[in-house]
Amino acid sequence: MDQHLLSTILLTPLAGLLVLLFLPSGNRNVIRVWANLAALIGFLVSLPLVSRFQNGVAGFQFEERADWIPALGAHYHIGIDGISLLLVMLTTLMGCIAMLCSWSAIQDRAKEYYAMFLLLQTGMIGVFLSLDFFLFYIFWELVLVPMYFIIGIWGGPRKLYAAIKFFLYTLAGSALMLLGILTLYFQHQTQFGFYTFEISELMKTSMSLPTQQWVFWAFFIGFAIKVPMFPFHTWLPDAHVEAPTAGSVILAAVLLKMGTYGFLRFSLPLLPRASMDQNIVRILAVLSIIGIIYGALVCLMQKDWKKLVAYSSVSHLGFCTLGIFSMNPNGIAGSVMQQVNHGISTGMLFMVIGVIYERRHTREISEYGGLAHVMPKFAIIFAVAMLSSAGLPLLNGFVGEFTILQGAFEANWAWAAFAVTGVILGAAYLLWLYQRTMLGQVTNGKNLTIPDMNFREVAMFVPLIACAVWIGVYPKPFFDVLRQPVSEIVERVRPGYYHGNNQPALARNGSPAAAAQAGGAQ
Amino acid sequence: MTESFYSYTDHFTIIPALMMALFGCAIMIFDFVLFPDPRQKKFLLIFVVLAEGFAGYGLIKQQAWLAANLQSPLQGFHGSVTVDGFSIFFNWIFLVAALLVAMVSYQYLENAGEHHGEYYSLILFAQCGMYFLATGTDLITLFIGLELMALSFYVMVGFLRTEKRSNEAALKYLLLGAFSSGFLAYGFSILYGIAHSTKLVDIARAVAARGPWDPVVYLALITTSVGLLFKVSAAPFHMWAPDAYEGAPTTVTAYLAVASKAASIAFLLRMFYGPLAPFAVLRDEWWPILAAVAVLTMTVGNLAAINQTNIKRLLAYSSISHVGYMLLGLVAGNTDGITGIAVYLMVYTFMNLGAFLVLVALRRQKIIGDEMDDISGLMKKSPGYAVLMLIFLLSLAGIPPTAGFLGKYYIFLSLIETGHYVLAAISTLYAGVAVYYYFRVVKSMFITESTEKAPMATSFGLRVALGVSGALTLAIGLYPEPFLEMAKTSLLK
Repeated sequence: MDQHLLSTILLTPLAGLLVLLFLPSGNRNVIRVWANLAALIGFLVSLPLVSRFQNGVAGFQFEERADWIPALGAHYHIGIDGISLLLVMLTTLMGCIAMLCSWSAIQDRAKEYYAMFLLLQTGMIGVFLSLDFFLFYIFWELVLVPMYFIIGIWGGPRKLYAAIKFFLYTLAGSALMLLGILTLYFQHQTQFGFYTFEISELMKTSMSLPTQQWVFWAFFIGFAIKVPMFPFHTWLPDAHVEAPTAGSVILAAVLLKMGTYGFLRFSLPLLPRASMDQNIVRILAVLSIIGIIYGALVCLMQKDWKKLVAYSSVSHLGFCTLGIFSMNPNGIAGSVMQQVNHGISTGMLFMVIGVIYERRHTREISEYGGLAHVMPKFAIIFAVAMLSSAGLPLLNGFVGEFTILQGAFEANWAWAAFAVTGVILGAAYLLWLYQRTMLGQVTNGKNLTIPDMNFREVAMFVPLIACAVWIGVYPKPFFDVLRQPVSEIVERVRPGYYHGNNQPALARNGSPAAAAQAGGAQ
Repeated sequence: MTESFYSYTDHFTIIPALMMALFGCAIMIFDFVLFPDPRQKKFLLIFVVLAEGFAGYGLIKQQAWLAANLQSPLQGFHGSVTVDGFSIFFNWIFLVAALLVAMVSYQYLENAGEHHGEYYSLILFAQCGMYFLATGTDLITLFIGLELMALSFYVMVGFLRTEKRSNEAALKYLLLGAFSSGFLAYGFSILYGIAHSTKLVDIARAVAARGPWDPVVYLALITTSVGLLFKVSAAPFHMWAPDAYEGAPTTVTAYLAVASKAASIAFLLRMFYGPLAPFAVLRDEWWPILAAVAVLTMTVGNLAAINQTNIKRLLAYSSISHVGYMLLGLVAGNTDGITGIAVYLMVYTFMNLGAFLVLVALRRQKIIGDEMDDISGLMKKSPGYAVLMLIFLLSLAGIPPTAGFLGKYYIFLSLIETGHYVLAAISTLYAGVAVYYYFRVVKSMFITESTEKAPMATSFGLRVALGVSGALTLAIGLYPEPFLEMAKTSLLK
C-alpha cells in the first residue's frame, strides 16, 4: 500500500465524487451522508502518512512516478516532504470539517454542492503532492472551477461579482506564472537537451541573475495573488464575505496556503539567486509588513463580522510570507507552522460565523451583543478560536508568530519591530470583536431566543481545538517534521548557512564574493 | 519525358476529394427519386456517411503510403497537388467536422422547416474544396479549392430562406468574400508574373531570387495576405464573421467556424511556412505585420465578445480571438509554433464544434434559442448538456485539464522559445479576459434561473456528436500523447 498511498489519498475524493453522481439528487440526506463519509474516508486514508513518515530523511517520501506526456516531458510524479505532509493533513482534515459544517447550511442543489467540494478536495491535495510542474499547474487551475461555483451558486448577495473576481484574479496570476514556468523549462532544455517539467531536474538549471529575476516575478504574481500579498489582496474580502461558510473555511484554511506553498516549493529552490537578491527580498518583506499592519488596521474598522475575519487573513498571511523571506530556518519553519495555525484558527473563526449566521442571517457586528449569556457553549468555543488567532501563549497562534518574529529578527531587527505591531493590533481587533458580540448585556431582543450549538456543531470544533492546544503546548513533533525540508531550502538559497556563514541575509548578499559563491554552488 | 495525362498516382492523390464530389452529385440526383417525402430526407445521411467512409479509407491508404515511403510527399498532376502529413492531418479535421455537422443537421433543419437534400451535397462540396486547400500546391488549384468551399458556404449560410437574418448574413458574406477573393487573385497574378509559373515551388524559387524588400514581391505579399487574413477572419478583416455566424443556421455556423477556418489556416500555412511556401523566405518582412495583426485580432475578438448577449455572436468573436493565437504560432515560426497551430486547430475543432452543437439543441420549433437568456437555467433543465457545455467553455478558455489548455500551452511555449516575451504576456492576459465572457455563459447556465420551460431539442445524431466532441475534449486534455504525436506528423518538411 505504501507505493500507492499518495495516489489513494489523491483519488479518494474523486472516487467519492463518482459515486455521488449516481445518487438520487432528490434525496438530500443520502447525498450529505455520503459526502461526509467520503471526506471522512479521505481523512482516514491520509492518517497512515503520519505514522509512516520518517523525519530527517532527505528528499521526498512515498514518491510515485510515471510518464504522462512524454512529448512534453510531463510526468505523474507525486511525493511529500515535511512541508507538504503538514499541508496535506490540514487539507484532508479541513475538508472533512467543511463538509460537516455544510450539513444544514446547504438546502438546495446539494448534490452539485458536494460534488464541487469533492472535486476541490482533489485539486487541493494534488497541488500539495505534485513534484512535476505541469501536474502542479493542472491541479492549481483545477481548483478554480469548483471554487467559482461554490461562491457563485451558494454564496451571498454579491456572489456573482465575488466569484468572477476570484476566478479572474487567480487566473491572470497563474497565466503569468505559466510563462515563468515555460521560461524555466526552455532554459533547462537549452542546457540539457531534453524537455522536462520535473522539479528535481529543473533545479539543476543555471540561469543568469536577470533571467532568474524575471522568472521570479512571474512566479511571484501567481503566488502572491493566491496568498494574497498586499497589493493583490482585494479579491479576498469579497470572496470570503460572499462564499458559504464551508467555502470560506476551505478558502482560508487551504486555498491561501497554495500561494505560500508555491513560494516554498518553487520560487525559493528553483530560483535561489533571485530569492536572495537584496532588492527582491527587501520588496517582499516590506509588502509582507504592509500586509500585516494594513490588514490589522482595516480589521479595526469593519462592521461586518466575516469581513473582519477575512482581513485578519491578510494580516496573518503577511506573517507567513515575512517568515519565508527571512530566509532562515526559524522564519521558514515558523511560516509553515503559521500556515497550519492559520488554517486551524481562521477556519474555526469562519465556522463560528457560520453557526451564528445560520441562526440570525446577519453578520453585522452591531446586531449582536451579550451572546455569552444566551449561548455559553458558543461563547467558549469562540473564545478559544479568537485567542488562538490572536496568538495567546499555549495556543497554536503564538508558536507560529513567535518563531516567525524570531526569524525576522535574525534577518533584520526592523522587520520584527514593525511586524510585532501586527500581533498587538491582532489582539486588539479580535478582543474588541469578542467584546462587542459576546460580552455585556443582550441589547437586541432577537438575540434572546437563539439556541445554543448542537452536538454536530460542537463536534466539528473539537478536533480543531484539540490541534490548537496540541500545537500550542507541545509543537516539537511539528518542528521535527519540518526541520529537514526547511534546512534543504535554506541550504539551497544560502549555501553554507549551517556552517557558520550565517550573517544577516542582506549584508552577505551585498558582497560580490558571496554572490559569486552562491552562483557557483548551483 | 512523357507523362500520362491521368496516372494511378494522380488518382491516388485526389481520391478522397473525388468521393466527396461524386457522392455530393449523387445526393442531388437521388434526393427526389429516393426520398420524395421531407421526413425521409434524413436518410440522405447515409450518402454522407458513405462518402466520408470512402474518403477516410483513401486517407488511411495515403497515410500508409507515406509511412512506407519515409514521409516523403507524394505529388500528383505534375505537382499541383501534394499529399503529405500536413494535408492528411488537416483532411482528418475536415472529415470529422463534416461528419459531425451532418449528423446533427437533420434535427435542426426540420425544426427550422428548411430540410432540403442539397444541404448535404453542399457540405460535401465544401469539404471537397477544403481538400484542395490543404493538398494544393499550385495557385490555380488552391484558388479553385477556395472558391468551391466559399461558394458552398455562401449558399449554406443563407439556407434559412425565410429568415431575414440568414439572407442578410449570406449576402454580406458573399460580397465581402468576393472582394477578398479579388485581392487574393490580384496577389496571385503578381506572383505568376514574377515566376511565370503557378506552382508554389517555382514561385518560392523566383521570390527567393529577387532578394529582400523587393517592391513587387512586397505588393504580392500584402495583397495575398489581405485575402488570406480575410478568410481566417483576422482583424481588421473580421467584420463579416459575427454577422455571418449569427445569421447562418447554427449547424452551418459550426461548420464555418471549424472546418472553413481550419482550411483557411492550412492555406495560410502553405503560403507562409515550409520549403514550398512562396513567402517563407520573406519571414523578416512579414512577421512584424503578422504579429501586429495577431495582437489586434486578439484585442478585437476578446474585447468585443465581452458585451455580446447573443451566444452565437459571442462565440464568433471568441473564434476571432482564437485565430489571433494561431497566428502567433506562425509569428514564432519554429517547430513548436507550427505544431502548436496544428494542436490548437485540432482541439479547437472539437471544443468549438461542441459548443455550437449545444446551441443546436437550443433551437426548437418556435424558439431561435441563441440568446444568453435561452441558455439560462440549463443545469436544472438538462444537466448533461450543461456539463458538456461547461467542458467546452473551459476548454475554449484554455483551463486545464481540458484540451484547450494544450493548444494555448504550445503557442506560449513557442513564443517564449523564440524570445517574444511581450507577445506571450499579452496573449496570456487576454486568456484572462476570455474567461470573463465564457463565464458569463457559465453563469447563465448554472446560476441564473431559467426563463422558459420548453425541453431541449435532441436527437440521436446530436447526442453522438456531442458525446464524441466532449470525450475528445477531455481525452486530449488528460492524455494528449497520441494526439500530439499525430499533430507532429503534420509538420511541413
